[in-house]
Amino acid sequence: MNHNLLLIIISGALINNVVLSQFLGICSFLGVSQQMKASVSLGGAVIFVVTIASAVASLLYTYVLAPLGLDFMKTIVFILVIAALVQIVEMFLKKKSPAVYQSLGIFLPLITTNCAVLGVALTNVQNGYNFIESVLSGFGTALGYTLAIVLLAGIRSRIREEDLPAPLRGAPIVLIAAALMSIAFMGFAGLSF
Amino acid sequence: MNKYVERLYNGLVKENPTLVLMLGMCPTLAVSTRAANGIGMGLSTLAVLVLSNLVISLLRKMIPDQVRLPAYIVIVASLVTVTELLMEAYLPAVYEALGIYIPLIVVNCIILGRAEAYANKHAPLLSVFDGIGMGLGFTLALTLAGAVRELLGSGTFFGLRVLPASVEPIGIFIQPPGAFLVIALFIIIMNAIGIKTRQRQLVENGCSGCCAGCTAPCGTKEAGK
Repeated sequence: MNHNLLLIIISGALINNVVLSQFLGICSFLGVSQQMKASVSLGGAVIFVVTIASAVASLLYTYVLAPLGLDFMKTIVFILVIAALVQIVEMFLKKKSPAVYQSLGIFLPLITTNCAVLGVALTNVQNGYNFIESVLSGFGTALGYTLAIVLLAGIRSRIREEDLPAPLRGAPIVLIAAALMSIAFMGFAGLSF
Repeated sequence: MNKYVERLYNGLVKENPTLVLMLGMCPTLAVSTRAANGIGMGLSTLAVLVLSNLVISLLRKMIPDQVRLPAYIVIVASLVTVTELLMEAYLPAVYEALGIYIPLIVVNCIILGRAEAYANKHAPLLSVFDGIGMGLGFTLALTLAGAVRELLGSGTFFGLRVLPASVEPIGIFIQPPGAFLVIALFIIIMNAIGIKTRQRQLVENGCSGCCAGCTAPCGTKEAGK
């Protein structure tokens, strides 16, 4: 049992990296990785929201949607729950923990549009994960997202100093860096237990 | 030019959502492993986009401004669910191939982007044509990316073998890294021949085109941070 749970985290974070092999959350991955500090904060916010969203989505699906035979409504319900959840988390942090809010605050609204959040919630349902597995899978996936964005931010701080051919400047070189990272992450596919 | 034809031209070429506006990168990178997937994804997005533009345009005077984004999300999510169920019933092969990316049409920036930028200000018929144009533009870009990746990665074109068997396909192009490389290549080519893209938005502004939930107005510092 414990063995499986560990595998879910590792699979979410490394083997099926959400950005580099599933292409979810590309917008913020390319947009925010401009700055290291911002990437770390966004990563923290994503871990926070995705874990909570996975938990809530799993509970809603198991105890409300599935018993009522409404599982076709899951996309609509999940997206609304995520949007509301982000708002609640934002208000809660603002009130209870201004320091955390200061560092995560502006990234929270960005997360609603992050398809990774909805993607994880839907994948959990598809894989038939129970509550604990869903939470861990959400946590692992978000950890993988954070790892990818922080690594890319590090690479981009080096690229910025380089003298590149004009057509490569801007998005292309960032995408090529992402491609190389993705090749490196393919190596994790060999991990098996 | 007729204003309806102009909408189609605008979506296909002038403001091509993927190649020029750089919206909807997630599905573009994810499903472009084969040209046929590109058409499947492009047309399902087109269907949702046309209907959402129509509904939002019809309701544009009724939806209060403050709650318009949640209202749009509910409309789009309902349409996506309908599309998903129809595809599961009538096109099971396409449904299997596209998997999780069909429900994720809900968070495709192009759809909410067009709702915000066009459908909530224009008449229903024009909005429908805007949806058709943008949808075809998206389909075109996806199919193009899919065709290039399929050709390089498996040596086929729409499933038909075109490269002689002696030419070994470059497998990496149908793997995830190939997606990044092919899109990078497209932008490099467009840069080199001098077509202006909004890639700045892509790499400097996380909420490119500003979709749902982005409380800061698009293009402002706060939105980009």
